[in-house]
Amino acid sequence: MERVGVFICHCGSNIGAVVDCARVAESVKDYPGVAFSTDYKYMCSEPGQEMIQNAIREHNLNRVVVASCSPRMHEKTFRACVAKAGLNEYMFEMANIREHCSWVHAGRNEEATEKAIDLVKMAISKVCNNEVLMKGHAPVTKRALVVGGGIAGIQCALDIANNGYQVDILERTPSIGGKMSQIDKTFPTIDCSACILTPKMVEASSHPNIKLITFAELEKVDGYVGNFEVTIRSKARSVDMSKCTGCGTCMTKCPGKADDEFNMNLRKRTAIYTPFPQAIPNKPVIDRESCLKFKSRKEGKDVCGVCAKLCPAGAIDYEQQDELFTERYGAIVMATGYEQFDHSIYGEYGYGKYPDVISGLHFERLVNASGPTQGHIVRPSDHKEPKTVVMVKCVGSRDPEHGKSYCSRTCCMYTAKQATMIRDHCPDTKVYVFYMDVRTPGKLYDEFYNRTREEYGVEYIRGRVSKIYQDGETLRVKGEDTLLGRQIEIDADMVILANAMIPNPDSERMAQIVGIGYDKDGWFTESHPKLGPVETHTAGVFLAGACQGPKDIPDSVAQAGAAAVKVCALLSKDQLETEPTVSKVDNKLCSGCGLCVPVCPYKAISLETIQERVAGKTIERQVANINGSLCQGCGACTVTCRSGAANLKHFTNAQILAEVDALCQTIL
Amino acid sequence: MTLNERQQQNEALRSEFLRRSGVDVSKCYQCGKCSAGCPVGDHMDIPTNKIMRLVQMGLIDEAMQSSAIWLCASCVTCTTRCPKGVDVAHVMETLRQMAKDHNCVAEKNIDKFHTVWMNILHKMGRMYEPGLIVGRNMVTGNIFQDTSFGVPYLAHRKLKLMPYKSNNIDEIKRMIEKAEAMDREEGGAR
Repeated sequence: MERVGVFICHCGSNIGAVVDCARVAESVKDYPGVAFSTDYKYMCSEPGQEMIQNAIREHNLNRVVVASCSPRMHEKTFRACVAKAGLNEYMFEMANIREHCSWVHAGRNEEATEKAIDLVKMAISKVCNNEVLMKGHAPVTKRALVVGGGIAGIQCALDIANNGYQVDILERTPSIGGKMSQIDKTFPTIDCSACILTPKMVEASSHPNIKLITFAELEKVDGYVGNFEVTIRSKARSVDMSKCTGCGTCMTKCPGKADDEFNMNLRKRTAIYTPFPQAIPNKPVIDRESCLKFKSRKEGKDVCGVCAKLCPAGAIDYEQQDELFTERYGAIVMATGYEQFDHSIYGEYGYGKYPDVISGLHFERLVNASGPTQGHIVRPSDHKEPKTVVMVKCVGSRDPEHGKSYCSRTCCMYTAKQATMIRDHCPDTKVYVFYMDVRTPGKLYDEFYNRTREEYGVEYIRGRVSKIYQDGETLRVKGEDTLLGRQIEIDADMVILANAMIPNPDSERMAQIVGIGYDKDGWFTESHPKLGPVETHTAGVFLAGACQGPKDIPDSVAQAGAAAVKVCALLSKDQLETEPTVSKVDNKLCSGCGLCVPVCPYKAISLETIQERVAGKTIERQVANINGSLCQGCGACTVTCRSGAANLKHFTNAQILAEVDALCQTIL
Repeated sequence: MTLNERQQQNEALRSEFLRRSGVDVSKCYQCGKCSAGCPVGDHMDIPTNKIMRLVQMGLIDEAMQSSAIWLCASCVTCTTRCPKGVDVAHVMETLRQMAKDHNCVAEKNIDKFHTVWMNILHKMGRMYEPGLIVGRNMVTGNIFQDTSFGVPYLAHRKLKLMPYKSNNIDEIKRMIEKAEAMDREEGGAR
């Protein structure tokens, strides 16, 4: 026998000023199943909750409906409240008469009250069909995976490791370090990037709780929060890591040459290489695309092999193959970082074809002491020192037509930094910066920018550059000074473009593998822009650094720390509670068609064979079987099932139809 | 002409300007507050902030040839309100002095008015209005300009016909000499 208690909340004046709450309570008093109904100013307050608990005891209620705000706001509160009074927390329903009623129908009080009554009746009908459900428990694998070994990934791993948990860093390239290792100096303090990064890299590699998995890629992620099963592809290094001592002899005589990606193709590297001198692990890999041996093998020959002859440890292994292996993790942190926008789509800037029109990251390599020019700022075309440099901001940023609609956040500061570095290295060189706005909201950032203009004498010109073209030895830059309202032309020896930040080109595929959301530009989506900036919508997967959106180093490091705290909070639990609101298959109705299997995004459904007695005979047939701990209760299988065998607990067909019936009765 | 060439042309003028004014124009971040508060801004051919921008970019010749610098009444509102502490009024003053030295005064009558004004100050130690009116009208050739104001002003005893000197004319002279000496020093009278 259902005995439902109905509680209508005024939410101060939020609901009370529009909906006649007393009338709502009065009108459902005699609705089938209702044993008690009342209204109160604030149901979520302590006296409000006590009122519910007292009513449960006094009126012997076995089901409760609260009509108030959105379940996102207070469902947890009220579930805990009825549980305290001895009810199962799933014998509770919430009718949203604030967001769905009073807020959107302000000024139409009569109709709003009618609608509130309907919503409450629906909730009563649903709760009458509710069943007792119990939360499940799942163990937690006390180990985390950080995907990406840039500064965000390294910092996050260090923070997790220092909390006493095991953590693996998965890095796609041969070395950890990421973009920060390519950068020469960091703003606003102009301290050497490598000098502050390499100690962190060393700490990560020598930390007893951290394992580095470099030159490897994420292949597959199965499982769920607390128990992810991750398949990793370890790419063939062609060097036996256990034998290699990192002496570097193999690289001295290698005849294979390839563009040096680390140095933005400004010079060549050997086919067997470490990306940079401070690489960790400092053990080379063979780039099979440019290795003479592997190239000749494709043609049926087998030449070279110099590195193997030179290696004193016998570590070169040409026969190595990619290896797949599976590891279990309790939590995953995505820290896959960013890439630089490709400015070659801009015809007006020379389609990326003028050698002296370079990007910001090119400049970082040019000015780096271990870079292709040993830190001398010279034109890539003729290696002469530029006398006039023009810098262009917002290349790809804030250009919804050709590039990205967003502001890349870091360019204003790195342009200012690079401008001061040019003035430091070459005091006779004039530097012009074309900008639309200068955005420097960070600690000591605006001060840095002002120094750039006032002390370093860098000339800022407000306006976009319309065209850059070769004019003899120099580049003619045509722009507009919108402050003076006139066109301006500058003869420049070198142009540096402040390219936008874009997500790692692989980010969308990665998001699909891990099962997290991404936005129109490919940045990973956080669970809440304000209150959940490091969480994702997938429990147990967190975000750190620029994979979530353009970010500078301080922000990336801060977010990495935040993600680490969330991971540690998760790993500190021995068991995780699992929601019982999962799908269930009625074997009697299931035809074993298997349509639900590929639909399930959590791979929770499999077909199993059952035995049945039909007409006196035992037969075998297939039915769908749902793994309750993998199922996240999305309901995709229930709408796919043609025979209606799949049903989502707490949202069963019977429960939803009861709501529809309640609504239709009033209409009729 | 490219910006580089224009700046090259102006190199000597730019260093002369920096030496004479002593104002660090790079501090200006073009907020526009100087133009916004200028009482004669409406009549200027180039608003104050654009004069600052020209000077900042080193295009001194253009700033020097403007009429705006002569309309500036030296009320110093711009300097007082500048959030970056740039002495805008002094920039205007320096440009006027340089315009005179380089023979590119755009508003000759205003310049002549200044000369008459200073001559009277030298002789009298204070302002003698009838002398200023007559002197200005003589040098500009507009003999009868503003003469209709004379009778009512005299009636209200706002003007005295006979010349009058300051009681402390020697002190005033010393002040003027000192100011002029300071102005010849590097960085101007600041």
